[in-house]
Formats: sequence, structure tokens, C-alpha cells
Amino acid sequence: MRTSSAFGPRRWLIYGLLTVAAVFFLLPFYVMLVTAFKTMPEIYSTGILALPDSLNFSAWIHAWSAATIGAASEGIHGYFLNSFILVIPAVIISTAIGAFNGYILTHWRFRGSNIFFYMLLLGTIIPFQIVLLPMAWVEGRIGIAGTLVPGLMMVHVIYGLAFTTLFFRNYYVGIPHDLIKAARVDGAGFFSIFFRIMLPVSTPIIMVTAIWQFTMIWNNFLFGVVFTQGGQQPVTVAINDLVDTVTSVHMWNVDMAAAIFAALPTLLVYLIAGKYFVRGLTAGAVKG
Amino acid sequence: MGRLILKNIHKTFGKDEVLHGINIETAENQFLILVGPSGCGKTTLLNIIAGLERESAGDILINDRRVNDLSPKNRDIAMVFQSYALYPSMSVRDNILFGLVNRHVPKHEREQILQDVAHMLQLDHLLDRRPRQLSGGQQQRVAIGRAIARRPALFLFDEPLSNLDAKLRVEMRTEIKRLHQQLQTTMVYVTHDQIEAMTMGDLIAVMNDGIIQQLGTPDAIYNDPANRFVAGFMGSPSMNFIPVTVCQGEGTVWLEVREEDQTMSRLPLPPVLQSRLKTVVDRKVILGIRPEQITDPGSAREGSALHTMELKVEMTEPTGADTLVFTRLNKTPLVARAHPSTKLLQGSNTPLSFHMERAVFFDPDDGQRLA
Repeated sequence: MRTSSAFGPRRWLIYGLLTVAAVFFLLPFYVMLVTAFKTMPEIYSTGILALPDSLNFSAWIHAWSAATIGAASEGIHGYFLNSFILVIPAVIISTAIGAFNGYILTHWRFRGSNIFFYMLLLGTIIPFQIVLLPMAWVEGRIGIAGTLVPGLMMVHVIYGLAFTTLFFRNYYVGIPHDLIKAARVDGAGFFSIFFRIMLPVSTPIIMVTAIWQFTMIWNNFLFGVVFTQGGQQPVTVAINDLVDTVTSVHMWNVDMAAAIFAALPTLLVYLIAGKYFVRGLTAGAVKG
Repeated sequence: MGRLILKNIHKTFGKDEVLHGINIETAENQFLILVGPSGCGKTTLLNIIAGLERESAGDILINDRRVNDLSPKNRDIAMVFQSYALYPSMSVRDNILFGLVNRHVPKHEREQILQDVAHMLQLDHLLDRRPRQLSGGQQQRVAIGRAIARRPALFLFDEPLSNLDAKLRVEMRTEIKRLHQQLQTTMVYVTHDQIEAMTMGDLIAVMNDGIIQQLGTPDAIYNDPANRFVAGFMGSPSMNFIPVTVCQGEGTVWLEVREEDQTMSRLPLPPVLQSRLKTVVDRKVILGIRPEQITDPGSAREGSALHTMELKVEMTEPTGADTLVFTRLNKTPLVARAHPSTKLLQGSNTPLSFHMERAVFFDPDDGQRLA
């Protein structure tokens, strides 16, 4: 029920609290943004919250193409590209396999499929650290250790499967089994049913899964630092190296600009596809 | 077209046997109804006929071809589901054509079939819509259209009308029956609604606990039930079951009942029943008599097997066409069907006439038919 007066005291209270929360959470980003536009002398002479004198892009340019990371002084742009090379196939593959798993676990049950599902669920609560050694061992054995693709990509695909399967399974549980039975009588097979009946109604959950996986893999640091080296590293690792590689003075403005660069893709994904995220999550919640 | 034979079908889930040897044989172009309460195994049986579930034992023959090992698509069947099961991302047109495309029917032939089906079910103006843009009745018609387009040897219906409102359900009932006459194909129709079973079928299998309790024409099922379950399940309001004692003397057999004032009264029987009940004289049996066979004397048809008793009216339910009278005989609730103009006062006695020629008798222990 909406109250008749648009802005009663309750409303003011709610908006007040939300504003305080928003300011609290946006403050670090604000500090990053203003710092990135300042020159080093400015950073030393003004307060942390002060606005820059002018919009100075030199720190951005330096971070993108000249900053020293490890041995080379070429900025983060190469590593930025690395992250895309990693994330795009990893998201597509893990989402695709998750969709297949969900389809099988809901509509092509087999003996023990529930146990299989519960074991897979365990995968969602396994910490990153636990899989490091076994993954490294396997990758060494099959000769893809230390590579971005397929090495690091495979780690992310495997680790993400538990999540993507869970998402699709919960979504497909809400799709009536009669549909599959009807399609079987109509002469459609396992793949035909998946591609022509299930997939066309899966847009919301594909968006949820893709956003989730994109964010997880793009932001991941630990797997990147463990499983890649040199020029193969993703942007998160590069930022760490950038911050660590101190020559004479610590370039706060460059650090901040680089960090914002690294955050931009996930930010854009949420801005563009965020509404699907909410819609997909609630759709699954109601039906599951 | 479309002869279905089921031979000794068994189905077990783990340790539970849900179908205990089902035998059904239809003629060509028959309307077979599988009816029973939920959990009786009727939908499982339909899924087995369709090939969506595997039978544990037994044979399924469609047009005298054993189909046990064939997948659903190769059994020459089409199915209509309770939830309609229309493909949500496809237009009505694509829904109807899906099965034909999968079977590589040539395009010009598909278009012809689509036109025929759309015309037959008045779907012409809906062909480009998506299922969610259709009403329940329209969705149901599309689901039926999808089945018809296949021109199968056998139609399978899984409670297709239970999601529709009462008025639409009656309309669709007639429409499906009309389609059956038009298509000249055997239909197998699962329902828990005994009115649908009676009105649509020409062969009814009443199922309970994974067993066919009776297989017969609607007339046989209604008037000549094999046991108490069938008698009680078919018909609304349900058949009255009254415990009575069979007595014999002076060359006749009669039933002893207690009227409202506790006086013993004789309920005479027609000669045919008398001779059938001779074997159970002095025993308690269950008298089964349908509400429409107990009427006010004014509506009673003249007949030798008519007997009128005064019974106390506990409650009445006017349905319009007639009035249901709730009373008691032998301390057992009894429903009678009286003409709406009958004067009925709650709590007072009213004469009710029993037509005994259609009365049936059951064993009080196992419910089997005695006479």
C-alpha cells in the first residue's frame, strides 16, 4: 500500500538512511576518482576529499600505457586485454556447460542425479585456496600450466561450474516437465529439445549466470597470481604489481586510475544488464 | 484406425508396484477412458502407452504392432497434456508444425495440414500469437491442434480439461467428442472426472490401486457395476450403500430395513433379484441404490418393484432440475432425488418410492458384487 501523502516523515527517514548508505559506499570511489585526476604535488598538498584543481589526464595515460609493471613499462593495457581474452571464453564455456548440466539434472534425471547435484552444490562453498594445489598438479600433468588460455581459463571454468549449474538447475526446475514430454512425442531429441525449447526461454538466467561469472572471473586475483606469470597475467594481478613496483615515489594517482580502469568493465556490465540480473534472480526464486 | 492392446502391463517404482497387470483391448476408432481417483495409476499407464515411461512387464500393441521398444516419436501417437505444454517461445503456427518439421514432412504438405487444423479448430486468426497471449481455452485448442496435425494412429489425452473453468470444460468436452467422430481415430483419455468419463467414452476402464476394477461401456459401468468401488465412484451424487438383511419366507425373498420410528419393514424385491439373492438369505449385505431410483411417489414410474416408505427429511439441496433429499435408512445416510415441486419440510416425514429393479448388492466384507 502506498501512503496517500507522497512524502511523509517515514518516507523522509527511509530516503535519509538510503542517502547516508549511498554516500558511505560511494566515498571510496569518490576518493579514487578525485585522486586519479590530481597531480602528485596536489595529492600531497590537499586533503583526501578535496576536488582537483583541473582535470588532469596524465595519470590515466600513464597508467594505461607507460606505468612500470614487473620488468616492462607499458602500462596496464596489455593486461587489460589479457583479462578479456580470459573472461570471454571462460564465461561462455562455463555458462554453456552449466545450462546443459541444469537441463540434465532437471529433465533427464538419472540414477544418482540428486547425489550428483548435492556434491556439485558443495563446490559452491569450497574456498579458492583449496583447489590451488590439485589444479596446479592437473595442469602440470596435461601441460597447460602457466598459460592464460587454456590454463587459467580452465581453472575458472571448473570452479564456476558449481555456480552455473546451480543457477540453471533452479531455473529449469520451474519449467514444466510436460514440455519435454510433449517435445519427445513430437519427435524432438535431447539436443533439439535443449536448443529449440529450453534455450529460447532461458534469457534471464543466461544473463544472471553470465554477469555472475564475468564479475567473479574478472575480479579474481588469487587464481590469476597463482596460475599465470609474466605478460600472461590478468589485470587484477597487474594492478598489484603496479602498486608493488615502487621506484622512487608512490604514484597514488596512477594506482587509482589503473584501479578504475580495471573496475570499468564490471561496472558497465551491471549498468547494461543489471535489470536482467534482478529479474532473473526473482524469476528463479518464485518458480524454484 | 488405431487399435490399442495392452497385455498384462506391470509397473514398479523401486519396491512399489503401481500397476498390477493391466489388460485392455480396444476396437478401432474407439474412445477409451481411463478413470479413477488420483494415484490409481492411470497417468502412469498413459505414459507407458506413450513410451515416456518404461513398463516393468507386459506388451503394448498399437495397430497390432508391438511398440515396447520404440521411442515415443516412433509409436505413431500424439498427446495432449493437462498443462497444454505449448512451447512458450514458439508461435501457434510453429507449435502446431513442430512435430511435422521434426519428421521432415515436405513444406507444401505442412502448410496444407496447418490450414486444415487451424480451420477445424478455429485457430486461423491466432497463428502468429505466442502461447502466453492466448486464453486457457485457446491454448487447449492449440494443444489439440498440435496433436491432430500429426495424424496419429492413437491420441492420448492426459486430463486435458481439468485446468479449464466449468463452462469451457463442458464446451470442450463436446468439441473433443465431435473431433473423435470426425477423425475416426482411437483416443485414450485419462480423467478423474466421472462425468467426463460417462459423457465422452464408449469404453471405460475404472481404475483403482493399479488394477482395472471394471472395463465396459458407460451403460454397463453405471448400471451394472462390478464392485462397490465402481458403483461408488461413478455417478453424482454417489450411489447409496445401505446395510440390509436378506430374509426369506412364504416363497418370497425380501429385505429387512428399519424405518425412522424403528419399526421393522419389508422392502420387497423384483423376482429376478429374489432368485439371485437366495444364496445369501439371513446374511447382511450392502444394498446399492442410486439417488434417482428413490423419488417422491408423484415422479415414480409405475412398476411392480416399487415400494414406498416414510422417511424423515434431514436436509434438502435444490439443484434446479430436481431436489436432492437427504435422509436416513437403517441409520445410514441416504440421498434421494425428488421433483422440485415436492413439498419437503426439514425434520418431517415424507414418502419416498424405491425403484428396486436396478438395485445392486455387494458383499459387506470385500465389496464384490453379489447380485
